[in-house]
Amino acid sequence: MAVDNDTVRRIAFLSRLKVEPDKLEETKEEFNKILNWVEELGEVNTDNVEPLVSVNNESLTLREDNVTAGHISQEILKNAPAQEFGYFVVPKVVE
Amino acid sequence: MSDLTDLTISESLKKLRNKEISPVELTKAYVENMENNNAKYNAYVTTTAELALAQAKEAEIKYLNGTNRPLEGIALGIKDLFCTKGVRTTACSHILDNFIPQYESTVTQHLLNDGAIFLGKLNLDEFAMGGSNETSYFGPVINPWSKEVKLVAGGSSGGSAAAVAAKMCAAATGTDTGGSIREPAAFCGVTGIKPTYGRCSRYGIVAFASSLDQAGPIAKDVTDCALLLNSMAGYDANDSTSSKEVVPDFSSFIGQDIKGLKVGIPQEYRVDGLNPEVAAYWDKAAEMLKASGAEIVSISLPHTKYALPTYYVIAPAEASSNLARYDGVRYGERVEGNGLDELYINSRTEGFGKEVKRRILIGTYVLSAGYYDAYYLKAQKVRRLIKNDFDEAFKKCDIILTPTSPIEPFAIGDKKMLENPINMYLNDVFTVSVNLAGLPAMSLPIGLSQKGLPFGMQLIGKAFDEGTIFKTAYQLERSANFVRM
Repeated sequence: MAVDNDTVRRIAFLSRLKVEPDKLEETKEEFNKILNWVEELGEVNTDNVEPLVSVNNESLTLREDNVTAGHISQEILKNAPAQEFGYFVVPKVVE
Repeated sequence: MSDLTDLTISESLKKLRNKEISPVELTKAYVENMENNNAKYNAYVTTTAELALAQAKEAEIKYLNGTNRPLEGIALGIKDLFCTKGVRTTACSHILDNFIPQYESTVTQHLLNDGAIFLGKLNLDEFAMGGSNETSYFGPVINPWSKEVKLVAGGSSGGSAAAVAAKMCAAATGTDTGGSIREPAAFCGVTGIKPTYGRCSRYGIVAFASSLDQAGPIAKDVTDCALLLNSMAGYDANDSTSSKEVVPDFSSFIGQDIKGLKVGIPQEYRVDGLNPEVAAYWDKAAEMLKASGAEIVSISLPHTKYALPTYYVIAPAEASSNLARYDGVRYGERVEGNGLDELYINSRTEGFGKEVKRRILIGTYVLSAGYYDAYYLKAQKVRRLIKNDFDEAFKKCDIILTPTSPIEPFAIGDKKMLENPINMYLNDVFTVSVNLAGLPAMSLPIGLSQKGLPFGMQLIGKAFDEGTIFKTAYQLERSANFVRM
């Protein structure tokens, strides 16, 4: 399944990354090299094989819904690009 | 008396407890090495010498009043992927180069609770994506074993392995997603263990591929790795994948004999064109274990060939999802744009390096509508078969012996590695299966190549059986008698 320039552009947008027009060919070729390589997996018979999502056999545990840490809003805000009234100030992200 | 930084942790602790040396003089010796050599090796990206010396003074009091803890006064380097409270944590990416965490990772908190001292943050491949430390925003680490040509230290924990080799810390933390502890340890002639998935909490470690990432120590020898893992391991409610399995005293396995132990040699790892020096050391290591009373058995891991392609689908897929959080909005590098999408795109395009972007693109592709089943689901199924191979093999043996890397350290900027990313990926051939199966594995130095560069051997254990790795590795270490830098 070789990808074309349009697919590279579409995947780049889905990834929110820019591929400069003059890098498009190179990116496409690299993409196809890697995809060709991983397509070796097609040789393996995986009929009736369950996908392995996690090697951890233990089931997830529930905890009580209690506050265990808090009152650290000033610390949390330290990496904020800007803050006001104890909130992050960021560009509008919801239209 | 030889330099204090020549001592292993176990030797240092003995002298500290007997008050033959003080934690302040020991820490000063490491700080001096760090400051004198960092320009040469580029192992540290942030140094915190003052903090370290303040900690050392506290350690001194603890020794004097007898309240010293298990690792009191031992100076460590921390891979810059672990969040350290109040100390810049960058993942060696431009997108995080001003990030100061307000909390401590569980693993580093465990080490602090046990009295360890932190010297600074160590270089790595950007977001731990790489096998040579060349993708770091802060430039490559230089392997301390380099002769005329500057060689890579391996990756992604290249700073950790190089700093331990050059005695710029007593030991270091690392993380391993596809070989990132073991390969640099092998390249720098030091010892590192990736424990079983779930042994160490991932809380506070910048995520790369969450189903594969594990923390572990890189140290001067097997005994020190056991001491450190004792501290680092353990259940943590803050990581839902951390295991409740009891953590044994790993040090108790040091010195145990291995008579009758069955050591498996996987035939599929004798890949075509395997470096003859690597093959010779592999045979020699098997002979050494045999001489210590172990029995060598041939085993088969039939899906070995598919481990790399499986890994290079699953790891980028998880990475593309984990790295979606770096959007330039709430923290990290922001590059303004015309509208929200452009802000995202500009921030991420500027903030991430080439290899990280490559993996995000591949990961996004294999998870996208129409390709998910063909790539991602397929890879997860093959991952099951790879794990099943190990389950079968461990019916015939107790531990598996393989080389760590098919090659010796190569030059920085090596053309062949750079012209095709797959050439670099192939270096992980002996290490990635272990992460896919979630197993513990250690790399320890076995000897030098004709060029005088270190080779590592890998010991792979059953899940949660690091103990057998420690006792086998210790015997192998004694037989190999590798001379550290």
